[in-house]
Amino acid sequence: MKIGIVVFPGSNCDEDAFHVAGQVLGHQSQLLWHKERDLKGSELIILPGGFSYGDYLRCGAIARFSPVMEDVAAFSRKGGPVIGICNGFQILTEAGLLPGALLQNGDRQYSCRDVTLRAERTRSRFTAGLAPGDLFRIPIAHGEGNFFIDDEGLKRLEGEGQVAFRYLDNPNGSRADIAGIVNASGNVLGMMPHPERNAEPVLGNADGRRILASLLS
Amino acid sequence: MAPSKDVIAQHGLSEAEYARLCKDLGRDPNLLELGIFSVMWSEHCSYKSSRKHLKGFPTTGSRVLVGPGENAGVVDIGDGMAAAFKMESHNHPSYIEPYQGAATGVGGILRDVFTMGARPIASMNSLRFGSPSHPKTAWLVDGVVRGIGGYGNSIGVPTVGGEVAFHESYDGNCLVNAFTVGVLPANRIFKGTASGVGNPILYVGSKTGRDGIHGATMASAEFGEDSESKRPTVQVGDPFTEKLLLEACLELFKTDALVGIQDMGAAGLTSSSVEMAGRAGSGVEIDVAKVPRREEGMTPYEVMLSESQERMLIVAKRGREDEVLRIFHKWDLDAAVIGRVTGDGRVRILDGGKEVANLPVGPLTEGAPIYDRPTRRPAELDALQAFAPATVPAPRDLGETLRALLARPTIASKEWVFRQYDHTVRLGAVVRPGAGDAAVVRVERSEKGLAMAVDCNARFVFLDPYEGSRLAVAECTRNVACVGGEPLGLTDCLNFGNPERPEIMWQFAEATRGIAAACRELGVPVVSGNVSLYNETDGRAILPTPTVAVVGLLPDVESAIGSAFRNAGDLIAILGETHGYLGGSEWLLMASGQLAGRPPPLDANRERLLQTLVRTLIRIGWLSSAHDTSEGGLGVALAECCMGDPDRPVIGATLNLDPGKVAPHAFLFGEDASRVVVSFPAQHQDAVLESAKQAGVPATVVGTVGGDRLTLQGLLDVPVTELSRAWRSGIPAVVKQPTHI
Repeated sequence: MKIGIVVFPGSNCDEDAFHVAGQVLGHQSQLLWHKERDLKGSELIILPGGFSYGDYLRCGAIARFSPVMEDVAAFSRKGGPVIGICNGFQILTEAGLLPGALLQNGDRQYSCRDVTLRAERTRSRFTAGLAPGDLFRIPIAHGEGNFFIDDEGLKRLEGEGQVAFRYLDNPNGSRADIAGIVNASGNVLGMMPHPERNAEPVLGNADGRRILASLLS
Repeated sequence: MAPSKDVIAQHGLSEAEYARLCKDLGRDPNLLELGIFSVMWSEHCSYKSSRKHLKGFPTTGSRVLVGPGENAGVVDIGDGMAAAFKMESHNHPSYIEPYQGAATGVGGILRDVFTMGARPIASMNSLRFGSPSHPKTAWLVDGVVRGIGGYGNSIGVPTVGGEVAFHESYDGNCLVNAFTVGVLPANRIFKGTASGVGNPILYVGSKTGRDGIHGATMASAEFGEDSESKRPTVQVGDPFTEKLLLEACLELFKTDALVGIQDMGAAGLTSSSVEMAGRAGSGVEIDVAKVPRREEGMTPYEVMLSESQERMLIVAKRGREDEVLRIFHKWDLDAAVIGRVTGDGRVRILDGGKEVANLPVGPLTEGAPIYDRPTRRPAELDALQAFAPATVPAPRDLGETLRALLARPTIASKEWVFRQYDHTVRLGAVVRPGAGDAAVVRVERSEKGLAMAVDCNARFVFLDPYEGSRLAVAECTRNVACVGGEPLGLTDCLNFGNPERPEIMWQFAEATRGIAAACRELGVPVVSGNVSLYNETDGRAILPTPTVAVVGLLPDVESAIGSAFRNAGDLIAILGETHGYLGGSEWLLMASGQLAGRPPPLDANRERLLQTLVRTLIRIGWLSSAHDTSEGGLGVALAECCMGDPDRPVIGATLNLDPGKVAPHAFLFGEDASRVVVSFPAQHQDAVLESAKQAGVPATVVGTVGGDRLTLQGLLDVPVTELSRAWRSGIPAVVKQPTHI
């Protein structure tokens, strides 16, 4: 599969995603400069982690106005698969491609640690390769990963099977322990944890590879 | 018009220095010229008090590609690749404004490293704070840690290790020493040189504002009660702009349009342009009217002395200006041609074409004053060293003593700190913070790894600056050996008090002599470094703190091991000998409140044999863990082996230690050098012991990993969870936060 990874100014996990999608999982991957209006034939788009535009306003609030985001939105409307990891997730909520918002962590501190994730049942293609209830140890690294959504929105997410991952040991105060969600049509996914950061055994465990193998299949 | 006496004094120049300046210049300087001289001759830029003593460092070796004097040192790591690294202090700004002071410290060291052409792959830091009960300590710890995280996390360079210690001598002067290492092709090293008459000088990065004017002069003066009023001289960091600058510079390095490049750090445009000319033996002409600014009405003085962050000075090949400008504009950065290289050995500053300063380069750089300041051994040192730790009553309950030591903030778990640093970005962290004696980072696109550690036991340095500094180098290289790394080079941050006091100067002279000796004895060259003097407030100096950081190589990163026990059933052995030296130990400080005695002796030959043995055993693959003993001695080291890896469950151990003639508490808490606790599967016992015998290193199998208690038969028996609770409570108690981890 041809995977396009968007490089915003301030992205800092773009090369990590590029390495794992290409070198580790063997996909054809390419970096897409945010000012260019061309997805270059990508069949799946990743919005990587980082601090786009410094995240000096709200996280992801400026990146959604980058020229490339119009094309990403159009791509997703046609059913194209889009994945946002960490800052990418924040950008997707700011752009309205996913519901909810990511607030400051409950303890108001940045947190870098491994957490345990549980895969949930969705109708999305992204989680087709994961058995609901499967557990994964995956790194997080964020200051604003506290997923918030109103009661009605939460009911919809739960009712429609849009929760993709939950924390077993909620590190940031996210509602309903939510770590990752998909949109109603199941072709846009956002998650705060970084599966690309432990896709190789030398980096601790390769649980991230199991998740990415499903997300990118 | 000649500047008044007051103006000269405000610029930190002595009368003798001013007279020398006039002689060099052949006339009185104008205000701008005085400002340029004052920052170039400041301690921070000129190393005028320290230079004489730094000359003793061994700085060459088969692996050294660039030694001290450039923006960072560079060592060869094989296969056409090199590692650039340096450590730098940002002590004074961090005390005045901890978040921005620490953040810009990180930003500055990152620029020093990527200026060489390197992609930064990891950072560390060494922090010193005052007494945990001092009213400012919690605020400083919180601000400094958030500042380091705020900058490093945003720019996406992992912060993989470091050290944090507390002592009342730092009450009025915290230390923030920041380290960064990057990798680059060995044949694409860039230097800060302004060569080639007629070549254009370009300014790139952030716009210039009025922030940080005279930061270098501030860092070269003692603090008094009015230090808070110096807050406007602290710069403000912008990691987002630095990220853009980093990527743009890396793009530029791939072209061949570049002649030289230098970070605008302390003393900004002044030091970068003057130093680049000094190295090349050339001259420079700069028109300040062409410098991008963010404030109206700035004078040439303000533009030349501003320490606005995230700026670089570049000398490009003539005719290639547009290519350079295009790269920086792509990244939405300011970039402008502001001058040219000349051949007349002068620094000429213009303002819209009109000359406003004209100075000779030589007296500003190589010709700056060098002092051979008087030294005097402190009178009280004899009495301090004569103190006999055996006169302090032995503790009754060794288990309780161990628990109390583990909760001491200097020894306690630093998890509260490193959780706030992104250490997993860039897919490099093979041995993460807290998991090993040194951090291990995979070198991108290779099987190699870099091990790195930063150390300084300032208690030992205070009691004997020469021996204490040797011990710091020994501990740091030992830490690198304990993950399987072979030391390539060392960088240092020499933090001391006021060098105009002979006792301080003596500490400095002895410490540099000690570092030089240990580096020779252990075969590690010094490739870069930094000196921070005047770390004192109201005449009270910090403990002498010559922090050292060592970078080592692992040919196969997968061979790296951590410091914590891993497998129940593994055997535990102690490599090295224990005599129970309590002089200057953390136990002595805790039990008696005294910092006294002599530091433990260091036999460099034994140290070298030990490190070689540990490294060899790790690379063969026989060891499960290796952990050196340092603060808190064997007792603390064993406890850390049981609970050290923050990403693994705790595990117990049962040991049968034989103190022999040594008092049990001295055996457990003495801080003898050259010892490592290792664990390995029982099947490797004969091989490990035979290897140790052949290497001439004493090795004793003392117990087994397993269970949930740390049992030292006849000495102590404590559940590991209890030790862990004490150990994890230490730092949250300082910052007054509940333990939630």
